[in-house]
Amino acid sequence: MSQDMIAELAQIIARDILKDPECIIKEDEALLSSGLIDSFSLVDLSLLIEDRYGVRIEDTELNPDSFDSLAQLATLIQSRIA
Amino acid sequence: MATFTQVLRNAWEENPDQVILTLQKAGEEDQQITYRGLLEGAYGVAKTLEKNNIQPGEVVVLILQHGVDLVFSFWGAVLHGAVPAIMPYLTEKLLPERYRSDLEALIGVTKPVAIVTYPEFVTEVNAALKEEDSVRAVILSDSFEPANQPDFEKLAGSQRDGEDIVLLQHSSGTTGLQKGVALSHNAVFHQLDNMGIALRLSVDDVIVSWLPLYHDMGLIAGFIMPVLTGIPLVLLSPFDWVRAPQRLLHAITRYKGTLVWQPNFAYVFLAQKIRDDQLEGVDLSSMRAFINCSEPVRDDAHQLFLEKFNRFGINEHTLAVSYAMAENVFAVTQTVIGAPLHTEDVDRDLLQTKNFAMPASSPENAVRMVSCGYPLPNVHIKIVNQYGSTVKDRRVGEVAVSSNCMLTGYYNRPDLTAATMLEDGYYLTGDSGYMVGVELFITGRKKDLIIVGGKNIYPQDIEQLAMQVDGVHPGRVSVFGVYDDDKGTENVILVAEVETEDEEERHTIRYQIRAVVTRGSAIALRQVYLVDPGWMVKTSSGKNSRYANRERFLKETTSK
Repeated sequence: MSQDMIAELAQIIARDILKDPECIIKEDEALLSSGLIDSFSLVDLSLLIEDRYGVRIEDTELNPDSFDSLAQLATLIQSRIA
Repeated sequence: MATFTQVLRNAWEENPDQVILTLQKAGEEDQQITYRGLLEGAYGVAKTLEKNNIQPGEVVVLILQHGVDLVFSFWGAVLHGAVPAIMPYLTEKLLPERYRSDLEALIGVTKPVAIVTYPEFVTEVNAALKEEDSVRAVILSDSFEPANQPDFEKLAGSQRDGEDIVLLQHSSGTTGLQKGVALSHNAVFHQLDNMGIALRLSVDDVIVSWLPLYHDMGLIAGFIMPVLTGIPLVLLSPFDWVRAPQRLLHAITRYKGTLVWQPNFAYVFLAQKIRDDQLEGVDLSSMRAFINCSEPVRDDAHQLFLEKFNRFGINEHTLAVSYAMAENVFAVTQTVIGAPLHTEDVDRDLLQTKNFAMPASSPENAVRMVSCGYPLPNVHIKIVNQYGSTVKDRRVGEVAVSSNCMLTGYYNRPDLTAATMLEDGYYLTGDSGYMVGVELFITGRKKDLIIVGGKNIYPQDIEQLAMQVDGVHPGRVSVFGVYDDDKGTENVILVAEVETEDEEERHTIRYQIRAVVTRGSAIALRQVYLVDPGWMVKTSSGKNSRYANRERFLKETTSK
């Protein structure tokens, strides 16, 4: 389940945020602190997650302390779904 | 003329209970600060500076995040007669080593005697300090003297002269950090007077701002002007705004905001990133103007903004434009508040090849220009050619400015100051534009500077970083900006020549360039475009021509 979500998140981020569907993101690769997702795209990320999984990532959580990798993001989402 | 401390003293005596500042922070209650609260808090910091043996006229660098410590420290330095300079705080993206070297560069040129920061940041600051440098004290926010009634008679700030330097503004980027714009009390007050007339400012205004205070637009329009003129200010954190841009609109609604300054990209950002369910209860009918400033203004960004938000009580009369720069304290021009903006379609070929802005004969070959309005009172503009002579109407040249609110100089850099001044005292802005009568239109920049979201980026800084990556060679990197309609600002593109044809290796190089640039500059590259050796277009002196490389890049990527 978690692996599926990670793979799907990788796809969504590559396609809709980086606009580069070919881009491969590893599950432990830093997303925020590396600048891969810049601060202007954080809003997009939270909206995409809300659309796909129906859970909200609050704006105060959009920082590397809450999540920085696909694996951490998936864990955060799953804790909200449960 | 008055000084900052005299004006603050008047406010203290006449309107101590007026709420002058409302600080907003995500997840916290709004914090309302009266003149009394502001000046008592600032007095605590002034006493702290005194205790640390900081002398009036000496420079104090503030490295603090959006919040009450930064506010008190800035005005505390002013009350003590010291010269505050706000430096951006380290973001999580930026490599600490890089931040440190920026700070070292700033210390080397500006020679501050003290740095004010948080206890948790002190190791970063100490790492940038050297035995022989100018810094005598690192002052921590938890060591501030308690807030107390200011004794204005004894405050060193009361002894300052109008011609003394009151603050420094450093623009971001390594090249920028070595250039602190020094402003006098008189220059700032002249600017406020000039702006007051152009904007018809009154005590009924309420300014709402999410802009950072280390940038001229945020520092002057979104901080100093309201505090010194008695106009209430609602201050959001840029960090909160970028994660939840609707906060700006809710702040306007709640406090009946009338004026907002922001760069062009913010219009697009607000229009695109806010969902309807986040707009519940929003009412923008109190707004007199959203003022577009600090990056090239685009009509399409305004149209997007109006389309999205006109049902909340704004229309084309609520949009305004200003052309501004730190060297003039802030605004140079301003459009008429309450009147629709002037736009005109000019002929693209004539503009690009002849530097002539003539109305276009057909829409296919037109570039839409948005007027930046008219010079503020006591501000004069002329357009000059490469010899410094004034050109005629509709001829594109470099914008030169003269006013009663010019910088005193680049701090400790008389060489730079001299290099940007014409003999008759006009300041050369580096921007190109044309006049129609007394109306100014900006067409671009003379230098290769890239502006992303109002932030100035020097391509050479980024090229330098990328050259550190294995497989990338010095002199074989070119960085430039390409305007992105979807974002309302420029994308930063990096082109690098590499020898390897192995796709795996190229992928690694791309990844490493991205990482090194982000960590070294906090700038996210939109695209890293790898090319074969010999691709770069060189100038006759053997340097990369960013302009020509950009053209080539656009040709290759749009034909695909």
